[in-house]
Amino acid sequence: MFSFQPDRSQYPDVGPDGKFEIDLETGKFLKLWHGPNHPGITGNMSVELTVNGDEVVEGYTHVGYLHRGFEKLMERRTFIQVFPIVCRVCVPEPDFNEYCYAAAVEELAGIEVPEEANWIRTLILEMGRFNSYMMAMGGIAGALGNGVIGQWMTYVRDLMLDRFEELTGARIYHMFILPGGVRAGLPEGFEARMEEVLQTAERYLDDVEKVLFTNAVFKKRTKGVGYIDPKLFESYGVTGPNARAGGVAKDVRKDSPYLVYDQLSFEVPVEQDSDIWARSIVRYRDLRLTIDLIRQILAKMPKGGEVMTSLPNVLHWKIPRGETYIKGESSRGEYGYYLVTDGSGYPRRVNVRGPSYTHAMALLEHLIPGTNIADVAALMVSLHTYPPEIER
Amino acid sequence: MRDLIEKLTPRYTLGNATYQRADLTFVDVTRDELRALLLELRDKEGFTHLVLLTAVDWIEEGKFQLTYMINNREADQTLGLRLYIDRNDAEGDTIHDIWPTAATYQRELREMFGIAFPGSPRVDEEFILEGWTDMPPYRRDFDTLAYSQQTYVEREGRETHDPRATMKHKMYPEG
Amino acid sequence: MKDLDKNFKKDTETEFPLREEMRPRKVTTPDGQVIDIDPLADYFCQEAPKVHRKSYSAIVEGFYNWARANSLWILGFGTGCGAIEMRPLMTPRFDAYRYGIQWRPTPRQANLLVISGYLSVKTLKRAIRAYEQMPQPKFVVGLGSCTINGGMYWDSYNTIKKLDEYLPVDLYIAGCMPRPEALLAGFMELKKIIRKGEAEGANKYAENFDWYKANQKSVIKDWDMPDYSW
Repeated sequence: MFSFQPDRSQYPDVGPDGKFEIDLETGKFLKLWHGPNHPGITGNMSVELTVNGDEVVEGYTHVGYLHRGFEKLMERRTFIQVFPIVCRVCVPEPDFNEYCYAAAVEELAGIEVPEEANWIRTLILEMGRFNSYMMAMGGIAGALGNGVIGQWMTYVRDLMLDRFEELTGARIYHMFILPGGVRAGLPEGFEARMEEVLQTAERYLDDVEKVLFTNAVFKKRTKGVGYIDPKLFESYGVTGPNARAGGVAKDVRKDSPYLVYDQLSFEVPVEQDSDIWARSIVRYRDLRLTIDLIRQILAKMPKGGEVMTSLPNVLHWKIPRGETYIKGESSRGEYGYYLVTDGSGYPRRVNVRGPSYTHAMALLEHLIPGTNIADVAALMVSLHTYPPEIER
Repeated sequence: MRDLIEKLTPRYTLGNATYQRADLTFVDVTRDELRALLLELRDKEGFTHLVLLTAVDWIEEGKFQLTYMINNREADQTLGLRLYIDRNDAEGDTIHDIWPTAATYQRELREMFGIAFPGSPRVDEEFILEGWTDMPPYRRDFDTLAYSQQTYVEREGRETHDPRATMKHKMYPEG
Repeated sequence: MKDLDKNFKKDTETEFPLREEMRPRKVTTPDGQVIDIDPLADYFCQEAPKVHRKSYSAIVEGFYNWARANSLWILGFGTGCGAIEMRPLMTPRFDAYRYGIQWRPTPRQANLLVISGYLSVKTLKRAIRAYEQMPQPKFVVGLGSCTINGGMYWDSYNTIKKLDEYLPVDLYIAGCMPRPEALLAGFMELKKIIRKGEAEGANKYAENFDWYKANQKSVIKDWDMPDYSW
């Protein structure tokens, strides 16, 4: 007969410190691999969960499924040859890699960039951020079973990819930002078509607000879940929207303005709760901000000028010994490139500082114990991690 | 930034300061002072954010350069601490108790460069590579092309050109 | 840096030790029994794959092929960057569902494995297991230049260069990365191949099983699973 009195003999033992003594051989715990092929995973990584009933006791992140050895490959290529592979480090927002690397090379080689190229770079970065946030919004709704938002957001993202194609000639990997500027200026009538996309996006975002953020199930499953203590932000290296959701207005665009962000007027959105709900709403508001920034850029930018300075002969291009670090605010947080040169025609060392590196490893492992199995996917997606930039 | 370096110089051996940008400085430190310096910078000078920890292989000099990059958000200053360690018997000191996230960086350095960090949690576990028995791949003497040719089957018919020679021929056919 | 170091020799001597959880051991069950466990033998069901025979009648076989061609169920396993272009295919703009193509979360429900991009050695191991767990008839599509000849990662130490050495590929879609339209055209081409009864990848895998296994094991050093895990 069914009874509400559970059989305590099957329960795991609690150690003196109040935590479970995890011993898989007792059969009281189950090891559950969440990934690498799992619909609730962002990209290709896996979380090894130890569960007790529905509760996750321990979780370890395993990465490396996408490792291609970029940092090694870059050392084998000349400075200009790096560009085709540098954008492939991060799939949903590739332009950030191009900008950071190009800016690092420019700084070490002493190349000046025309003013208009800086505006176009900012535009490209904001368009990339738009795409990335669209995927994040779809992902977080999808992880909590609201698949239709994912469909809408993918559609809107596709419209933006059309604008990318018009501007750069490619959908995903653009290779548009090169040292010395960008490859081309804006095509004719670009602003009008962009405005059309932005209006469509706003219409869909209004719907998202109605469908997602007033949804009782969504509220219940996200409020108070996956709380990150703001005190941990510094020690765990939390940056970007994850920090802004906890009341810390960390944003490289404001803290140390790069490109033309000092000429744009904007306020970064900040929430206080630091849970999944706050992280979703910060992303949503940041997406609105991005739309606003794209409009501002298109209105303020100079047009018809020079977008590329002349480079030295790239075949014999040698950069003197030096090192630098270029950072920017990507859609996940602080994204940076550390470039070391040694006077030869090849980079000595390129290190990518992806925000997911800290978010998906140490922070996620810290957050997972105590959650439910069903919340792990939502927690991961709410941190907005992209595995390719963890392992490169 | 110069003020800070001058302030620290009497107490720490700081060498070879490079003022790369107004907000970016690199400076050499020694291994036995690293920990105290990081703690002082974190607790007193506001460098609370560990941006990255990575290594550069200077194989000609027989050294690894460990770069600890820390950031002070209020002052908008980034400071890179360069620490040179011996390449043959590479060992660094773990800082995972100062920044827990450093444990991940140290695991990567252990695997990719073969730099030991005794005491760092799970540092000897596999991180990115799986079933790897060869030399740590980010070392300069590891030849990735030779390794890939000896390991993987390549499709016939692929031509590889020396990029310099090909581009030279393409751009300046007369020579 | 030299282009190719002729003196470089990779380490072929060192064997990778068997992982701890894979070693045979004694275990006490919750009710006090002590049992021996050999994970490699106990946790998997070993049985070599069999060739899937054609039916005797050509009409029946034709009907089967028609049915197979119109229900391509793709395993939702994005192995590389190409997976990002699969997502638009699921949405109304490209709408692959109208061709009977849909995405399934587990290998048991899928019959088409799309290798969407480069395969690192670590993912190759998972891809092999996912492929072997899929029920027959099953097909493999290699997506992107990197599955064909290494593409952009031709000198990488961690990605395979030629997918058909390790898995029986029925169709390649070239591009880096292929656009959604190219993917749709590729799937249409795959349908034609299946309709003609020429998509014999799974049978090829069963016939040349030893050759495939030898290739796979030459790359995956820590082979800690049985030869065929279905």
